[in-house]
Amino acid sequence: MQRIGVFVCHCGSNIAATVDVAKVVEMAKSEPGVVHAEDYQYMCSEVGQAKIVEAIETHNLTGIVVCSCSPRMHEATFRKCVEKAGLNPYMVEIANIREHCSWIHKDMEEATKKAVILMRAAVAKVNLNAPLKPGESRVTKRALVIGGGIAGIQTALDIADAGYEVDIVEKTPSIGGRMSQLDKTFPTLDCSACILTPKMVEASAHEKINIYTYSEVDKVTGFVGDFTVDIRKKARSVDIDKCTGCGACQEKCPSKKSPSEFNRGLNTRTAIYTPFAQAIPNVPVIDRDACIKFKTGKCGLCSTVCAAGAIDYEQKDEIVTQKYGAIVVATGFDMIKLDNYDEYAYSQSKDVITSLELERIMNAAGPTKGHLERLSDGKAPKNIVFVQCVGSRCSDNRGKSYCSKICCMYTAKHAMLIRDKYPDVNVTVFYIDVRTPGKNFDEFYRRAVEEYGVNYIKGQVGKVAPQPDGKLLVYGSDLIDNKQIQMEADMVVLAAAIEPDPSVRQIATMLTASIDTNNFLTEAHAKLRPVESPTAGVFLSGVCQGPKDIPETVAQAGAAAVKAIGLLAKDKLLTNPCTAKSDELLCNGCSQCANVCPYGAISYEDRELNDHGVRRTSRVAVVNNALCQGCGACTVTCPSGAMDLQGFSNRQILAEVDAICR
Amino acid sequence: MQELINRAKELLNDGTVVRVLGWKAGDMPYNPEPAFFNSPEALDEFVYNGFCGANLSKYMIEASTLEGKTLVFLKPCDTYSFNQLLYEHRVDRDKAYIIGVGCKGKLDIEMIKAQGIKGIRGVKGAELTDDCETLTIDTIYGEKTCSFSSAMLGRCHVCKGKEHKIYDEIIGESKDTQDQERFAGVEFIESMTPEEKFEFFQKELSKCIRCNACRNVCPACSCRKCVFDSNKFDSTQKANVDSFEEKMFHIIRAFHVAGRCTDCGECSRVCPQGIPLHLFNRKFIKDINEFYGDFTAGETADGDRPLTSFTFEDVEPSIVTERG
Repeated sequence: MQRIGVFVCHCGSNIAATVDVAKVVEMAKSEPGVVHAEDYQYMCSEVGQAKIVEAIETHNLTGIVVCSCSPRMHEATFRKCVEKAGLNPYMVEIANIREHCSWIHKDMEEATKKAVILMRAAVAKVNLNAPLKPGESRVTKRALVIGGGIAGIQTALDIADAGYEVDIVEKTPSIGGRMSQLDKTFPTLDCSACILTPKMVEASAHEKINIYTYSEVDKVTGFVGDFTVDIRKKARSVDIDKCTGCGACQEKCPSKKSPSEFNRGLNTRTAIYTPFAQAIPNVPVIDRDACIKFKTGKCGLCSTVCAAGAIDYEQKDEIVTQKYGAIVVATGFDMIKLDNYDEYAYSQSKDVITSLELERIMNAAGPTKGHLERLSDGKAPKNIVFVQCVGSRCSDNRGKSYCSKICCMYTAKHAMLIRDKYPDVNVTVFYIDVRTPGKNFDEFYRRAVEEYGVNYIKGQVGKVAPQPDGKLLVYGSDLIDNKQIQMEADMVVLAAAIEPDPSVRQIATMLTASIDTNNFLTEAHAKLRPVESPTAGVFLSGVCQGPKDIPETVAQAGAAAVKAIGLLAKDKLLTNPCTAKSDELLCNGCSQCANVCPYGAISYEDRELNDHGVRRTSRVAVVNNALCQGCGACTVTCPSGAMDLQGFSNRQILAEVDAICR
Repeated sequence: MQELINRAKELLNDGTVVRVLGWKAGDMPYNPEPAFFNSPEALDEFVYNGFCGANLSKYMIEASTLEGKTLVFLKPCDTYSFNQLLYEHRVDRDKAYIIGVGCKGKLDIEMIKAQGIKGIRGVKGAELTDDCETLTIDTIYGEKTCSFSSAMLGRCHVCKGKEHKIYDEIIGESKDTQDQERFAGVEFIESMTPEEKFEFFQKELSKCIRCNACRNVCPACSCRKCVFDSNKFDSTQKANVDSFEEKMFHIIRAFHVAGRCTDCGECSRVCPQGIPLHLFNRKFIKDINEFYGDFTAGETADGDRPLTSFTFEDVEPSIVTERG
């Protein structure tokens, strides 16, 4: 029988204001195995911890229950604390009476009742706890960065500068990401390419950085410190080592009608292409769906003109398997599809465009060579209307519930740039709210209004109607003047919401990293661990975690790098001792556990067994403790209950349920 | 039947197998039981008739631990169970010589009784594995008749087909006897309100006498030690003290065989209380089909199983939860 001590924390008023802690202490005293119970204002404080140590010594305690905040906050604290007193750290259980109780209840009686139940469950579990000892695992000193946008590039540079090998996997033919598509950047209006290209060059020239473009992550196994990743290098059809980047192939390619991804489909590209002039690597890929050689077998012009002999039609996808200690996800974002927003006539008129398309139009390397013109007739627009929050801050299911965060600033930027370059163009912005927190951000927006005379109207646009003469009739409301507005425009620019790149779902699944309902990756702690995924060894960089602008992305990229470096700097990691264990006498050898194990930790052996005097040779499951991560999938799959999770055994969990239902 | 006996004797005599797993007459003319035959002479007791519904696959677990090969007779639907056991490494393919035996539907004496036929002494037509449209029942009140189809086991009305999924040789012809919608019963229960469902199961499961026949006959319930027999867990004691006992036993059993149940229907066949136990399992099968694509456990002895493998197309947990 355990000798259990129960320690109830007030957490100042966080718990004590809603839970009658004295009552919890009193109730604890009559629980089976409990020999001591007390409460204190802050159990996690030094004084609080000293009380636990003292009680262990005075009462010869063998198990500890701390009724306090979430184990995610202080389980480690209390484990260390009891270790000081000579107890095995795994003899501590936390009853979460804060997040699970006091914070979510108002009625003291009810909350106290629940706190008592949670305490009981923890006591019931500790009664069945056994000392556990962690093992050790190695750390592969190499990081993988998934995504080669500004977030991925910055993270890779920071990790590489600390002296560790980094691989970047980018699914498009070049690194650079969304930032490479931008023309100017707020709030300083410097050209995006001018600040991004040096970073791209630095990354590609860095001796510790290895870049896989036109590649995707195929498979991830392993765990923190020791991931094994299969990277699929998609067939470029161009030998990356031979190609000199002369561009002759692209000039000669007769298949010129594929929409340019880089220019958001506003113009076309050839079948063999580099997405943009500053692409890294400056090696084209062949779009096999568009290539005449691949479609009909006849052509081969690019191969004929290639002096380097780099064209390789036979090239196949290649799988590279590599080990990593840390993985950083930097998969970025895309704009939402506007199918649900037909009222803005995006699909009907070429002159209704998204902000990212406007970026391309304003860019000297874009489809109009930087001239602001209507895509329908090439005429210069006189009136431009910007519509904010298209799909952002949406209360129904059409769009996204969140604020995309960057639109207010880039729209102010667009408005200002247009007014600066084309002072005769009238610019109107329809907005719900203008949100410009950030260093020099509000000043930037005010400049657009005060110095550049951009016409901001608080209100939403209900409809954009293309007219027979090519004009666009914009129906909106002005909430301040409380009136309906009709306005003629030559161009309408939609600030479409941004969403995580669709590829993130698959990557999150492979990494067992959690994502929220909007497909943004979840942080380990929203405030205190914002760049770590709850999955150990997986870090988050950039918009894959939530909408953010370039400065924020770069800052977060650095933070993610630091976390990865902190991990890579360790030689060994302590492994979680809460691993699965098979009772060989109960094991059927059916392999169901091995089938569900995501870590490949279970193998089978024929063992000579003595089953209560009966000798038999049976096929039984054996768990590799170094690989097992304690997820418990095997224990719920095992029909005979032979698989059990140490520290969370079936009996312990049932005892908790029993205690709760008592 | 004689053909089966002759072939079995041949295989015993030439040393291919050392024992035969088949059926022998029971104490009533309509309840033959599974039996091992260790010599050619013993085979004189062998029977194969319309009442040989018993699925012999599970006995091959034991036979796989014995020296030498065992000849086993498997009906088309039994081969699914054998395959599933093979997949789970519970039986040894090298220890089995499988004769796929012809089947044109098996009979359920309870279905005959349910037609008001009492005092049964024998059933003519049942000895045949050939087509037989009408059964003649010899009773103490004289001869009665009923159609073969009206006397079939429930599972035969949703027959999985006449194909043997694993065998060394086939003797006799089989027929697909399906004449009912497989999931009709499940759909009927799904259409109930939660209260009606509870009442339905309360009514059905309260008949349970915990004889464990369903578990003992089930080829999926093949654990060395059932959690309900093990002192390592508190499930046994719990089941015994709680009025919810039977429900827990059957619900846990249904979960344990989910994704592994071949829908062989043995549980319902052997239940002395006539509880339609297969409905639980069939609900799981229907859900698995809907969530992960059509799947029949035991169709093959290899390949991925929907509940123990993962694909990116797998249904989202939220959808499963919402649907209930």
